Amino acid sequence: MSNYLERGYLEREDLPPFPPEERLTSGKPVAYIECVQPIPCSPCYESCRFDAIQMDNINDPPKLDYEKCTGCMACIRVCPGLAIFMLQIKDGKGYVTIQYEFLPWLQKGDRVKLYNRKGEEVGEGTVTWALNPERNDRTQLVTIEMNKDLIYEVRAVRKR
Amino acid sequence: MRLESHPIVDFKRGKEVTIYFNGKPVKAYEGESVAAALYAAGVRVFSRSFRFHRPRGFFCAIGKCSQCMMEVNGVPNVRTCKIYVKDGMQIRTQNSIPDAENDALAIFDKIIDTVFPHGSHYKKFNRSAKLREFATKQMRKLAGFGNPPKSVPDVDAEYEIIETDVAVIGGGPGGMSAAIHAGKYGARVIVMDENPFLGGQLVKQTHRFFGSAKERAGTRGIKIAKILEEELLSYDNVEVRKETKVFGVYGNEVAAVEKDRKLLRVKAKKIVIATGAYERTLIFENNDLPGVYGAGGVQTLMNVYGIKPGERGLIIGSGNVGLILTYQLLQAGVDVAAIVEAMPRVGGYFVHAAKVRRLGVPIYTRHTIVRAVGNKRVEGAVVAQLDDRWQPVPGTEKKFDVDFICVAVGLSPAHELLYHVKAQMKFVPELGGLVPLRTKYNETSVEGIYVAGDVAGIEEATAAIMEGRIAGLHAAMSLGYGGEDVKKELEEAVKDIEAFRAGPFGERICHGLEKCTLEKEVSL
Ligand SMILES: Cc1cc2nc3c(=O)[nH]c(=O)nc-3n(C[C@H](O)[C@H](O)[C@H](O)COP(=O)(O)OP(=O)(O)OC[C@H]3O[C@@H](n4cnc5c(N)ncnc54)[C@H](O)[C@@H]3O)c2cc1C
Ligand code: SF4
Ligand code: SF4
Ligand code: FES
Repeated sequence: MSNYLERGYLEREDLPPFPPEERLTSGKPVAYIECVQPIPCSPCYESCRFDAIQMDNINDPPKLDYEKCTGCMACIRVCPGLAIFMLQIKDGKGYVTIQYEFLPWLQKGDRVKLYNRKGEEVGEGTVTWALNPERNDRTQLVTIEMNKDLIYEVRAVRKR
Repeated sequence: MRLESHPIVDFKRGKEVTIYFNGKPVKAYEGESVAAALYAAGVRVFSRSFRFHRPRGFFCAIGKCSQCMMEVNGVPNVRTCKIYVKDGMQIRTQNSIPDAENDALAIFDKIIDTVFPHGSHYKKFNRSAKLREFATKQMRKLAGFGNPPKSVPDVDAEYEIIETDVAVIGGGPGGMSAAIHAGKYGARVIVMDENPFLGGQLVKQTHRFFGSAKERAGTRGIKIAKILEEELLSYDNVEVRKETKVFGVYGNEVAAVEKDRKLLRVKAKKIVIATGAYERTLIFENNDLPGVYGAGGVQTLMNVYGIKPGERGLIIGSGNVGLILTYQLLQAGVDVAAIVEAMPRVGGYFVHAAKVRRLGVPIYTRHTIVRAVGNKRVEGAVVAQLDDRWQPVPGTEKKFDVDFICVAVGLSPAHELLYHVKAQMKFVPELGGLVPLRTKYNETSVEGIYVAGDVAGIEEATAAIMEGRIAGLHAAMSLGYGGEDVKKELEEAVKDIEAFRAGPFGERICHGLEKCTLEKEVSL
């Protein structure tokens, strides 16, 4: 077993398989779930109306069927682990949607610093969409535009 | 130090009032505890230890450690974290001259320490019982017990006798759920909680919870508290008494004091004890300095009262509590220097660890805190790596500049009331300490006395809710309420909790439960 619990973050070999390039560029974002440990948790599974998330029992880590995922974002709204990210590639640009719970709230057009799983700064991006936090019990969903190679790296943002 | 804005919580402060601390006026808001208001005003030294007169700050903020005791309006030894500000209130530090901040008697610390180094009295006076008694008496004199009030308070105590089917002690998730499920089938229920609010620990859990949608996963703890409270209040046969502290259980009678003066004598056919847990502490040099806090204490200060605990903290323990607390500190704009964990790996859920790692908080596994640095308050902390025998490795010390340290090393069941009823107890490390033996329906060895939640074993709010459901249903059923329906739901409830505990995180709990489950046959 991998030692991600020693580090507190996932390395490349711990990550679930990436969605196929065609799905990423298909025009709709796709969910990417970084929840690899068996824990008693299942709201993502219960919120998905498209059967895209498989889970045999409440302790089973979720597995995603990228073909079935419609990009509806129901799962990312509720995940208490902040472990779901929506990924997309459009016109050569990468987009990552994350759950954001800090002040100041982000707004479309904001420039933000990008951080990887270890908390290292890896670049800058622009907010292209930000859900009003009141509409999701104060977990804001924000989409960040960035270099497309960074979509598997960037997992946190901070306003500059 | 009061937070004006917060991403998750809106702090609704009451009217501004003035309280007096050692004679000096301090601004406070109605609804704040005395300890919280003093903290916001910059007070860090709340009391002095009996022996050595060492400075002490608050620790638990839920009335369970006694570090915050002061004299309030002439009454000594009041836990200031459990009493709420009123205009004109007089608060004094006790057992110190002239006050706790500048205690002249602290000189004893230095002098006595050279003759009787810390801890030596455990060995020194134990040769005979007589010697021990004598030495204890002398030390008590030196230490003092505060100044008892000169006169008896001049208030009439009211007295009320209540008869009910089920008495529930504690209005946290466990207690509320027990009351809901007994009340739902028609039993008359009374819920008592010492706080002016229901919800127990949930009122400070601003994060979304784990579990299944049925247990309201994905919902914030603070909301779950509200949802449970609303359901509870929707039953006419369920009565709620807040600010009511239960101080004894005698057979089938529960003795409580409401709003500090009214005595209640509750005669109940069934009693559910759901009193929650205490915060544990950890042994390291200077662990009694103001600025060393229990994780829950910091959460209460920050998430209930909206008061910043400090500028930069260190977290000891990487269980879910430590991890979530770290995230919550960052949300409140407080820096976290690091999380320190003695085990070789993160103790809590990985996803929680990932949340704080990507925000730049390092986690040092196989490390421990060796000492807190500071004179009257924490100014830093020294951390060292551990070897395979859990000994600090020389030369690996790292110093962090922090102004507070959170000890998040676990909880222990708050089990006092179980001794009143003479429930059979057992020490079960997997469940956090001394716990009562119980049937799978959560009835203790004493007929009609049930437990639910952390007092039965440290687990989670989700589990507390499930256990409360089981206890409440069984209590109602054995009183003849509900017929077939209640039996069906009870079976379902038992299945639900088994499924919840089936994963690797539930394994330890199940091990623990094996040691304390009573096989007493209970007819369904
Ligand atoms: C930082 C942190 C994060 C957590 N995160 C989660 C999570 O994500 N998911 C989850 O499921 N759980 C979580 N928990 C755990 C959860 O909060 C507790 O397990 C749960 O609150 C226990 O419920 P309880 O009803 O047993 O006790 P409590 O919530 O402690 O309630 C006990 C109540 O009894 C009252 N009481 C005690 N003694 C008396 C008396 N003598 N008279 C009157 N009243 C009395 C107390 O005032 C209190 O209100 C977390 C805990 C912490 C500290
Ligand atoms: S985005 Fe929608 S379809 Fe895709 S996994 Fe999440 S809930 Fe299911
Ligand atoms: S909701 Fe989030 S934390 Fe829970 S199982 Fe799904 S991905 Fe994991
Ligand atoms: S009793 Fe008040 S801080 Fe612990």
